[in-house]
Amino acid sequence: MRQSKVFELIKLKFPQVSEEDLTKAVIVPQELLPAVANYLKGQDLSFDNLHCITAVDRLERIELVYIFYSFKNRQQAIVKVYLPIDAAEVESLTKFYRSADWFEREVYDLFGVKFLNHPNLARILNPQDWKGYPLRKNYTNPNLIRKP
Amino acid sequence: MKMSNMHSEQLCVNMGPQHPSTHGVLYLDLRLDGEEVVDCITHIGYLHRSMEKIAENRTYTQFIPFTDRLDYVASMNNNLAYVLAVEKLLNLDVPERAKYIRVIVAELNRIASHLLAIGTFAQDLGAFATPLFYCFREREKVIEIFDEVCGNRLTYNYMRIGGVQFDLPEGIDRRIKDFIKYMRPKINDYEGLLTNNPIFLERTKNIGILSKETAINYSITGPNLRASGVQWDLRKDEPYLVYDKFEFAIPTGKNGDMWDRYRVRMDELSQSLKIIEQAIAGIPEAQATVKAGRMIKPAAGEVYFRAESPRGELGFYIVSDGSVNPYRLKIRAPSFSNLAVLRELVKGVKVADVVGILGSLDILMGEIDR
Amino acid sequence: MAITEQIPGAEFIHKLPGGPVVLASTEKIFKWAKSSSLWPLTFGLACCAIEMIAAGASRFDIDRFGAGVFRASPRQCDVMIVAGTISVKMGECVKLLYEQMPEPKYVMALGNCAISGGIFYYDTYSVVKGTESLGIPVDVYIPGCPPRPENLFFGLMKLQEIVRKERHAAK
Repeated sequence: MRQSKVFELIKLKFPQVSEEDLTKAVIVPQELLPAVANYLKGQDLSFDNLHCITAVDRLERIELVYIFYSFKNRQQAIVKVYLPIDAAEVESLTKFYRSADWFEREVYDLFGVKFLNHPNLARILNPQDWKGYPLRKNYTNPNLIRKP
Repeated sequence: MKMSNMHSEQLCVNMGPQHPSTHGVLYLDLRLDGEEVVDCITHIGYLHRSMEKIAENRTYTQFIPFTDRLDYVASMNNNLAYVLAVEKLLNLDVPERAKYIRVIVAELNRIASHLLAIGTFAQDLGAFATPLFYCFREREKVIEIFDEVCGNRLTYNYMRIGGVQFDLPEGIDRRIKDFIKYMRPKINDYEGLLTNNPIFLERTKNIGILSKETAINYSITGPNLRASGVQWDLRKDEPYLVYDKFEFAIPTGKNGDMWDRYRVRMDELSQSLKIIEQAIAGIPEAQATVKAGRMIKPAAGEVYFRAESPRGELGFYIVSDGSVNPYRLKIRAPSFSNLAVLRELVKGVKVADVVGILGSLDILMGEIDR
Repeated sequence: MAITEQIPGAEFIHKLPGGPVVLASTEKIFKWAKSSSLWPLTFGLACCAIEMIAAGASRFDIDRFGAGVFRASPRQCDVMIVAGTISVKMGECVKLLYEQMPEPKYVMALGNCAISGGIFYYDTYSVVKGTESLGIPVDVYIPGCPPRPENLFFGLMKLQEIVRKERHAAK
């Protein structure tokens, strides 16, 4: 089963999802994410492993990238969520996948995406009193010296 | 007063960031009830070096030395996963000889890394110095080979996009063969020293059990996952390079306890030796590198590639915008997920087992904090 | 007797007709003893820590220089080997550890990161640019990324030289 097949199956259930042209990733509207994750984890697709969560700062929006993996079907699915940069909030997936806990904390720490209903959304890599979100493109810090 | 009515106050023990058995700068906030661990809050980030920010300001080739410093015990495997990810982005195929060289050095590094893991694990359990010194003695042999191959002991910077930095030096195959011959009986030595040692068994059997479902749910990978009974190895299941040409087994455990994790690593030592032996025999005489140029400009796109590093699946998610620098580079480090499960594992165990469980997970702070 | 002259403390041995006699001031003996038993702090930060362990392990054997007694508590140490990159989050802990060490204390900066930030100098927001920028005085700098165990030994011998040439034995 390829990524496109996964897309078709999700599309059948959730007509609002779309496919990214370049990467063939499944784009999910932010309010649908928990439902899609629940479906992915369910019997039909059995994506039992949330392999990685990361984000990309595209200046006007933040793209959340979820990589799911199914050990049963031996296949990978990439799901993306587009978030507006000034109101980056999305439902947490910790109730489905325990691995989401630290991944989401990392994305929160580095990109400032708020995960709603996360058990402990605190900074993980930087100190708790850190200012700003370092991996955003507009981040500045006096300690950060650009390579000449 | 009846015993059941007695309550003791919870004791908070700070372990780290400077501690001899935390394998780096890790800070554990342990809550104890007597000898028993009630809760363990893991604080990481004491080695956060902002690699992902650096990557956005370096060219694709310039980032290779930084990957060395991720998992500094297995630099070759880090190099390998990164260059393979970039090559996937470029759709670049490397010469056959380079693939064989990559397999040989990656497996040698896996041996060195597992030796360190086993040695420090035994040290954590209280087998002071002897197993560690034995393991370091053999590890030095591997490092000597690397020293000859690429001129450094720890951070190799050997892989290049399109091949390897230099071809193998003359006569190295002989030395590697000698090493294999030397290493095989040494594994038996470790077995004799540790495997059936009653104290070792007492400390490791049925402690820190990680079930199959928990392991998958926490996205545990590598030897820790295999010890829980999942037969899963990217070298076999999604073969890259020339791993599909070699014969080797995937060792798995049954219970997922500390002893199984140790056992899987021990078995992987001999499997890696087997792979190296076959690779040395089958290495073709040809050019080792194709010229990819220093300023690589991949087309805009995204790629995710993962490879089996000694600690698990090391993934690189690279977003390219068509310029010479990556637009975004995410490192999916195996130890990051492997450490997240610690809180689950140490609940209810005795405080003395915490360091043992931590050692059996074989974490490395360099790649957790990045 | 070329070999014995290289031993620290060889200059105290005076050849007299009846046989060699050790003759020195107590301060000199004290300095000699101090320089030959520098106890380092077990304090690995990053990559260089692995080379530090290798220096202590079977092949290189740091015990030959009397510096093999790695102590886990800063209160029992003479020398802090800063082995690796210091992050902003770790900086406070490093300072605290240094302050906890009893006098006389010495600091070795092992590797480029501990000297200046090294490879992590540019484009990073979370790395302290060297041990000295934390306000910790460094006695010996050992460059390399990471330095080989031989380099560490050379640095150690330089530190022993510093200890032996100190003006006051009880610094």
